[in-house]
Amino acid sequence: MPEAARTQVEHPAHAAPAGFIRKYIFSLDHKVIGTQYFFLALFSVFVGIILSVLMRFHLVWPQAAIPGLGALAPTGAAGGVMTPEFYLSLMTIHGTIMVFFVLTTAPQGGFGNYFLPIQIGAADMAFPVLNMLSFWITFVGLIVLLAAFVVSGGAPLSGWTAYPPLSAIGQIAGPGQGTGQTLWILSIALFTVASVLGALNFIVTTIDLRAPGMSMMRLPLTVWAWFITAILGLLAFSVLLAAGILLLLDRMAGTSFFIPAGLVVNDQMLLNHQGGSPLLWQHLFWFFGHPEVYIAILPGMGAVSQILSTFARKPIFGYRAMVYALMGIGFLGFMVWGHHMFMSGMSPYSALVFSVMTMAIGVPSAIKTFNWIGTLWGGNIQFTTAMLFAIGFVSLFVTGGLSGLFLAQPSVDIYFHDTYFVVGHFHMIMGVAAIFGIFAATYFWFPKMYGRMMNEGWGKLHFWITFVGVYAIFTPMHLLGVVGSPRRYSQFTEYDFLKPLAGVHEFITIAAFITATAQVVFLFNLFYSIWKGRKAEINPWHCTTLEWTVPSPPPHDNFGGRPPTVYHGAYEYSVPDAKADYLMQTDAARLPALKH
Amino acid sequence: MATISPPRRAAKLKGPEGDDGGRFGDGRSGGGGDGDAFRLPLPLRRYHTGIWFALVPIVMLFMALSSAYVVRQGLSDDWRSMAWPHLLWWNSAVLLASSATLEVARRKSQPWGMARHSQSGAKLQLFPVAPAVKKWLMTTLALGLLFLAGQLLAWKQLVAQGVYLATNPSSSFFYVLTATHAVHLLGGVVALAWVTAKCWKRLEPSGRTGVTVAGIYWHFMDAVWIYLLLLLVLWP
Repeated sequence: MPEAARTQVEHPAHAAPAGFIRKYIFSLDHKVIGTQYFFLALFSVFVGIILSVLMRFHLVWPQAAIPGLGALAPTGAAGGVMTPEFYLSLMTIHGTIMVFFVLTTAPQGGFGNYFLPIQIGAADMAFPVLNMLSFWITFVGLIVLLAAFVVSGGAPLSGWTAYPPLSAIGQIAGPGQGTGQTLWILSIALFTVASVLGALNFIVTTIDLRAPGMSMMRLPLTVWAWFITAILGLLAFSVLLAAGILLLLDRMAGTSFFIPAGLVVNDQMLLNHQGGSPLLWQHLFWFFGHPEVYIAILPGMGAVSQILSTFARKPIFGYRAMVYALMGIGFLGFMVWGHHMFMSGMSPYSALVFSVMTMAIGVPSAIKTFNWIGTLWGGNIQFTTAMLFAIGFVSLFVTGGLSGLFLAQPSVDIYFHDTYFVVGHFHMIMGVAAIFGIFAATYFWFPKMYGRMMNEGWGKLHFWITFVGVYAIFTPMHLLGVVGSPRRYSQFTEYDFLKPLAGVHEFITIAAFITATAQVVFLFNLFYSIWKGRKAEINPWHCTTLEWTVPSPPPHDNFGGRPPTVYHGAYEYSVPDAKADYLMQTDAARLPALKH
Repeated sequence: MATISPPRRAAKLKGPEGDDGGRFGDGRSGGGGDGDAFRLPLPLRRYHTGIWFALVPIVMLFMALSSAYVVRQGLSDDWRSMAWPHLLWWNSAVLLASSATLEVARRKSQPWGMARHSQSGAKLQLFPVAPAVKKWLMTTLALGLLFLAGQLLAWKQLVAQGVYLATNPSSSFFYVLTATHAVHLLGGVVALAWVTAKCWKRLEPSGRTGVTVAGIYWHFMDAVWIYLLLLLVLWP
């Protein structure tokens, strides 16, 4: 494509809205939509945390009444003591809400929406109306999911993976498998549609709306990460939609896509189904589900690269390698879904292929990790809260990644599969590593979003409790798994062989209470700083990218109708001849020694 | 879209690098010749980029459904091939014809396509006569609706034979695949109706882009239909 065409600067700008509803509710402004996504995820994450605390409480003290729970859930938790089914419904909604409405929403829909257009020098996303639609469809999806708690039977029990036949045969499989499970499928269907629309927007924006001079290899790694995440979303989400449609038909129209013949459930034989394959669902689900893991973590990798480089005052180590590693992780992510199904009785040859491909992901992951360490090496490191969370991300990514190598071996996975080892592994890498990426991004970009600084003291307190807390919660889970503590059980006190482990579970629960409580510090810091925080300058972190050239918060069309011209890559730190120790991407001064 | 200026004849004559000023200029100079897909000014080019990428999730949706089709068929012994209505062949012909009429509309809406055959710039037809384009767009819309009606009729014939959604996995997949295609084509009909309304009085650059973009989607849904037919024929 000719350079002239690529760098055209006419933007799809729309006029600044006047009324409250068009300005804050049904806004077309990517910054407002990004903020809406962020707060949707913030609400969701606290719902998810509360559910997990309730579960941890029940696991350790199954007979103790939880004050107030009996009133909220009179059937599932009469008198405040939850039934095993109610525990499973909490687990299902915890997983679903965290994976979809937090880990997929905050890093991509939230920060991606807010900062991708500014970082490439655009006035807005390519399709603002589509952008608004994606948010509101996501919002409806969340409402539909939460509605499952209040319908008859309550929320579904089948986990965030919704394996049939449990998820396909309706009320007979347990409370919550009726209307609750149907609402779950509808919610996820809405979410997939919204995510595809969002992904489309991200891709077209990155390709078509870059400012003059912003070549692909000058993009900040954040933009690369959002771009590649969007490509993964475009490829993965509609596969889940297809699976959801088939599952819904099995439930509502009497088809047999996933339901086999001769199924006996709760002493009843299901007569009107035959020939379906539950494994077909697993293949479709995990073809989406594994890329989904990277959809959650790649934006965090982008933000962490940006933050490490900024606060080490060094160019990111191996920019191109970082870009190619992101692509490599994204590509390999579609080749490994079978490693979630080693237990399904697949051919050992297939398992071998999936195993080798899975371990191959270690290569681009190691490239990224070593490049992050290389970026820190010899740097003039500033331990801001954002930097601490970014380093925490690297730490958790390494820890969680290493246990992934165990699970990538079919023979080892068969032992570990239904134990707490897997719970520990995916919470480390997909859960808290990604959450640390979100925290790092929040502390880093807050001054730009609100024109005020967050409190660093509270931020560091929040970091240290959370960092120690998540290790205290999830490291023992690996040990529990090694000695055979099964997952998805609602209580362990009834099994003699698990009694020696009760102390470990108790330790995890107490650590979870403390870590969850520490999040209140973050919440307080966030809301206090929005209104009362110290005023921030335009570029408080002395960062090079375009968002730090505009006022905080940025005006409606970002650059006041005058798109910037870019002369440098995104990581020109410690530049010898520069006035400060860095060059903004818009600084016209040429680097004598570096060719760009 | 209101900011788009009509295409300037000069842009074409100056050659591809003729309007460099637009690169770093005031952002309002627009692009070069609008008719050339590769040099559209930005507000229009994003629709081209967008529609091509929008096809990706649709491909994945049909890939997922058809791989489920092949797997479900090979996996069990309860699959009974169904005899699907001959009406489908007529529907296919209607859909293919609609692609042809839409292509005629697109060509009639492109000024530069005609310019290639003219000897001098003076003969360029910048604003093709809207009625011709309109006529062909309306024909396409009618054929699209006829196809959808035909599909509905085919379903009715199946129901009359006692072949329902849950009768057999083969009929389940038949209904799911044709319904998914029909929903997507219905989206195309709505989009094309919107474009037709846009081109009603005068054919402006945005309308031309609309015809092209809707055309890409329409031809694609046509190709998906052929693919589904082959799937149903080859793995009955």
